[in-house]
Amino acid sequence: MGFIKKSVFIFWGSIFSIFISKRVFASDVSSINQGDTTWLLISSALVMLMTVPGLALFYGGLSKRKDVLNTMAMSLFSYAIASMLWVIYGYSMAFGSDFLGFIGIPSKIFLKNISKEAVSDFALSIPEALFATFQLTFAAITVALISGAYIERMKISAWVLFSILWLSLVYIPVAHWVWGGGFLAKLSALDFAGGTVVHINAGIAALVGAIIMGKRNMPILIPHNLPLTIIGTGLLWFGWFGFNAGSALTSGGLAAQAFLNTNTAASLGALAWLACEWVSHGRPTMLGFASGAVAGLVAITPAAGFVNITGSIFIGLLAGIIPYLVVVKLKPMFGYDDSLDVFGIHGVAGILGCLLTGIFADPAVNNAAGLIYGNPSQVWIQLLSIVIVGAYCAIVTFLILFTLNKTIGLRVLPEDELIGLDEAVHGEKSYNFHI
Amino acid sequence: MKKIEAIIRPFMLENVSKALSDAGGIKGMTITEVKGFGRQGGYLEIYRGEKREVRFLPKIKIEIVVPDEMVEQIIEIILKAASTGKVGDGKIFVMPVDETIRIRTGERGTDAL
Repeated sequence: MGFIKKSVFIFWGSIFSIFISKRVFASDVSSINQGDTTWLLISSALVMLMTVPGLALFYGGLSKRKDVLNTMAMSLFSYAIASMLWVIYGYSMAFGSDFLGFIGIPSKIFLKNISKEAVSDFALSIPEALFATFQLTFAAITVALISGAYIERMKISAWVLFSILWLSLVYIPVAHWVWGGGFLAKLSALDFAGGTVVHINAGIAALVGAIIMGKRNMPILIPHNLPLTIIGTGLLWFGWFGFNAGSALTSGGLAAQAFLNTNTAASLGALAWLACEWVSHGRPTMLGFASGAVAGLVAITPAAGFVNITGSIFIGLLAGIIPYLVVVKLKPMFGYDDSLDVFGIHGVAGILGCLLTGIFADPAVNNAAGLIYGNPSQVWIQLLSIVIVGAYCAIVTFLILFTLNKTIGLRVLPEDELIGLDEAVHGEKSYNFHI
Repeated sequence: MKKIEAIIRPFMLENVSKALSDAGGIKGMTITEVKGFGRQGGYLEIYRGEKREVRFLPKIKIEIVVPDEMVEQIIEIILKAASTGKVGDGKIFVMPVDETIRIRTGERGTDAL
């Protein structure tokens, strides 16, 4: 009898334990952590601030006085377009269940099936709706970044269509490959906050577009208001804390490390760029400071949550030197008209940052070792991810722009370019001096 | 009557207009923001290593019409107030004025100044 009693006990016990484990699973779903959620809510707002108005001010200040509003419009329009597409199908296709390593299965179109309690597999301690929002701000800024290479000559209708097509055909697949469980994620390529997905992607698209579209009527940089650019730089720098430290997807020590790395690399980038131009032109310029800071921020992006402070110092330093050389010494030899040096700064610093992540990644920071911690193969993996993303982006961007050029045309009329796109395209002026 | 046209550095305007009104006797003046070059030439701007020569520099043009006997006094005041001693301080031109008419009353000549 004792045996039967024992068996009955085990039987009911196991039934009960199934029930319990189901309960545990249910509470797992609402394992949402308030600290993490708070930090990611703030981070999402910070990354939003980088585009609206950070990047718009950064680019707007650098444009000619007659093209300011059009330059800002390109950033802001694509922000709104990305926001719309992301909730309709973007998030679902970038972060849906993997299909052959290439794209996500769009099972969450219009974010349906995402309840208040739902979490994503990629971020277990925050609501999935918040993860989608955070990722939205990345998609939006990536498209907006490209516009810097196209300003002062592109049709706004072509830009709107380009934003839609590029986001759908380039950004979403690449985001899936690297972050959404696609083939590059399986290859264990390291990209903490978007060196490949955001900066190399935007930089290559910028270069391809600048070449296809050709030179502006006046292909020189005449910043109409550098203080606007400085304010924009400040907002980018500030927002980048959300971009990089938010990419920890938690609010703990990793976020703090990424935060500090970000600030360190930005400062070193600014100082190194200043030093370069001080030596070669005899003057430290404010535009040089701003350019170096952004290059430092770009380069630390893939590395922010993988390297220690020494790593971030080296990355910042090199980010102030190499993009400087490309923009100031190399670009004039090629003669392509990348209006605001999106390739020279975002592309080059992005590639540099991705490679250096493979060198400086410290296993004590985040379980990934780079070359100097005895894992030389990481450099090859990084290089592979750079080449794959760069090549894919170049080909598809070319096809999009080629098609648009053959159909609606990419450039405004030459006379509209002369009088300025603010007046010709929008019927507005940035500065009305009369009356 | 003479018209005195002085082209000065923009940042010397406060100085000059204060010195002129302190001296008294000036009933009005007109200023214009102008651009041009003289011996000072232009200057180089460098943006991301790209050099650009800015040929026309901003200046302020002051126009004052005064009775003949005041001309030398006004010139003295402007010379003192607008000078930094460096190239680019500007120039003063003096030219005759045939007639002055106040629109409100129709007065003519020095009475209209």
